[in-house]
Amino acid sequence: MRYFVTALGLAAGLAGIAAAQDGSRSGPGAPELQEGKAVYAHWCAPCHAADPGLAGTLALQNKYEGSLPAALEDRTDLQPAVISYFVRNGVAWMAPFRPTEISDAELEQLNAYLTAPLEQRGAHTQLLAQEMVRKSAAGGDQ
Amino acid sequence: MSVLPPDMDAAGFAAFLEELRGAVGADWVWSGDADMFPYRDSFSPVWNTDEERHASAAVAPENVEQVSAVVRIARKHRVPLYPISTGKNFGYGGPSPNVNGSVVLDLKRMNRVLEVNNERNYCLVEPGVSYFDLQRAVDETGNKVMLDCPDPGWGSPIGNSLERGVGYTMPHFRDHFGSHCGMEVVLPDGEIMRTGMGALPGSDTWHEYPYGFGPDPAGLFAQGNFGVVTKMGFRLMPMPEYYRTGLITVPRRRDFIKLVNHVNYLSDSGLIGEVEYGSALRALMGDRDFLALITKTGGPSDAEMDAAASAAGLPSWQVELQFFGPEKATLENWNYAKDRILSDIPGAAAVDGDHFTMPATEEQLNNTTQPWQTSIKRRRSLGVPSLGAWKIVRDDGHVGFFPVLPRTGEAVFEVQRVLGDAMKEFPSLPSYFNALSTPLFWHTHTFQMVFAPSIKHDDPEHNAITHASMKKCVAVAAEHGWGDYRAAPIYQDDVSDTYSFNNHILRRFHEQLKDSIDPDGIIAPGRGGIWPRRFRA
Ligand SMILES: Cc1cc2nc3c(=O)[nH]c(=O)nc-3n(C[C@H](O)[C@H](O)[C@H](O)COP(=O)(O)OP(=O)(O)OC[C@H]3O[C@@H](n4cnc5c(N)ncnc54)[C@H](O)[C@@H]3O)c2cc1C
Ligand code: HEC
Repeated sequence: MRYFVTALGLAAGLAGIAAAQDGSRSGPGAPELQEGKAVYAHWCAPCHAADPGLAGTLALQNKYEGSLPAALEDRTDLQPAVISYFVRNGVAWMAPFRPTEISDAELEQLNAYLTAPLEQRGAHTQLLAQEMVRKSAAGGDQ
Repeated sequence: MSVLPPDMDAAGFAAFLEELRGAVGADWVWSGDADMFPYRDSFSPVWNTDEERHASAAVAPENVEQVSAVVRIARKHRVPLYPISTGKNFGYGGPSPNVNGSVVLDLKRMNRVLEVNNERNYCLVEPGVSYFDLQRAVDETGNKVMLDCPDPGWGSPIGNSLERGVGYTMPHFRDHFGSHCGMEVVLPDGEIMRTGMGALPGSDTWHEYPYGFGPDPAGLFAQGNFGVVTKMGFRLMPMPEYYRTGLITVPRRRDFIKLVNHVNYLSDSGLIGEVEYGSALRALMGDRDFLALITKTGGPSDAEMDAAASAAGLPSWQVELQFFGPEKATLENWNYAKDRILSDIPGAAAVDGDHFTMPATEEQLNNTTQPWQTSIKRRRSLGVPSLGAWKIVRDDGHVGFFPVLPRTGEAVFEVQRVLGDAMKEFPSLPSYFNALSTPLFWHTHTFQMVFAPSIKHDDPEHNAITHASMKKCVAVAAEHGWGDYRAAPIYQDDVSDTYSFNNHILRRFHEQLKDSIDPDGIIAPGRGGIWPRRFRA
């Protein structure tokens, strides 16, 4: 049911609201997943975050038409080997990532994050712009 | 598709790699098909053909001393290196080299933001620092400056500016090479040089006064192959207090000429940021007769276009203006722009757009409240790095040709007609040049127009059309004096050939320099169309 709600929300441009209704996606998530989540935030979220206008999210929405969540972070069907394959080989115009960008160790952490049970993943990853806005609203770090 | 460096056998290659491992550590040297796959250009129109350029290995130093050591080893073994900073140069060759068998010198690990100065408004970065990284460093110092970034935030100030890449805020920040100040370079013999005031021991003005004393060689390192850049300073704009937008429309086709002159005046006077030219008539392109009109050989007449516009009740052209500064100044500048244009062009109209205090909120960044259909991509307009624009990519990628043309309406009309007619040879391509194509005002003082045909990994026929059309477009544009600003390695010789004044003296001059400081071609031989003697033979 969650998938259905999320997919509909994305289609309607309401990803944030659908996610907010989903109580399991809040807080920082499990401590052992933090490094993997940081890799995701740095390298994947700019295209795959739960925002229907992003390249990856848009492409996967079109590909699965809502039968799977469009945001990678909401998927529970991905296996580590599959994620690693896409990361090192790319797909369509998602270019492959080099070990100088995501090391093999970081890739394992990323895999752990993207294959962990949803309730351990914590809140959806924010885009850099959202981080900036949050910081400015809080008066920055000055 | 394993390749070896030029003039080298497998045993020599193995010995060379072993020396590299000694310099940077065994974990930071790669070779072989699987490891080299992410160093291929995944946007290549010659993907999987003989023309594709393959690197033989990659090496990733951690600091400038290791860069210098790698360069010396390469010099000893006569192996060409191909330096990349973040290696995201998609549309212009990605991370792939000019020469088969080159070793990619991947600088991504050198990723320190060395300084963000909020009083004197500059930063100093290493090559692996992306725009995302720089923005995070700016946030940490209170978000007091505004970046000027290209569409993709994962590229780097150094890689982008060495390609003479562009951004989208105020005029003198959009030209990324033009807004750099001071660089450190490892030369082809491994020596470390600093330009400008960086050459004066003890100076504190390296990132403010670019020249120092005597000739300034900084320009040789952009689109060139004279060294490996390991640090660069960049000017930053203090975070403006306020942002404001406005739309101006003009009724007739010829009005574009005056409109452009007014916008030039506003821009060169420092009153506006980047602008988006457009035409409301694009809404009619679904109509077959109208499409036939705007793509007509020889171009439509002004009267035909004006008749179509007035029948549809639409203005011929529009420009979206963006203002940065204190709130009152942005309002005065917008009022001035309206008065200036509306009093000169009969029938011109103005619409007030969004305006708000900076930095923008998330909703403002999403740009959903403009009273017109806007082409402004708000994040990039406000220097906020993202990959939001990646969704404009079609198929598996594209290659780009953005000819430089004068900032006049007449030149735009001429490009529409000349390149529109020339590209009719490739009917399967989208219509890049037609009577409604508008110029991009990216670089500070020139226009460019877009030609960006797509590629597909599994469709060589499609790619062959793209490849042939690129070559034709470059050639026809050059016949009319419109030159490419930047090209993938597979096109660099074609483009360099067009800059031929006085029997190619510019290239011959560069070749003389190359022969004297890098005769074996250790640094990116062929880049910018500059080949050292070893490869010219
Ligand atoms: C959808 C899309 C939108 C784009 N929008 C823009 C845009 O708005 N503006 C724009 O400018 N580009 C744009 N690009 C093109 C490109 O993606 C960017 O310019 C990108 O910043 C270049 O990659 P990079 O910064 O990783 O540079 P790199 O790939 O690291 O460097 C580019 C080249 O510069 C040379 N070089 C790099 N580092 C060094 C060094 N340290 N020493 C010596 N030589 C070096 C090398 O030849 C290298 O191949 C776009 C591309 C796409 C696909
Ligand atoms: C530049 C944008 C971009 C970035 C950055 C990006 N991706 Fe993608 N990704 C895409 C696009 C677009 C697709 C869909 C391609 C298609 O099949 O049309 C995709 C597809 C995928 C798929 C395939 C999913 C499926 O079910 O088909 C996986 C897995 C994936 N990405 C993982 C990642 C990971 C992990 C990262 C971060 C390391 C990442 N991507 C970063 C754009 C991106």
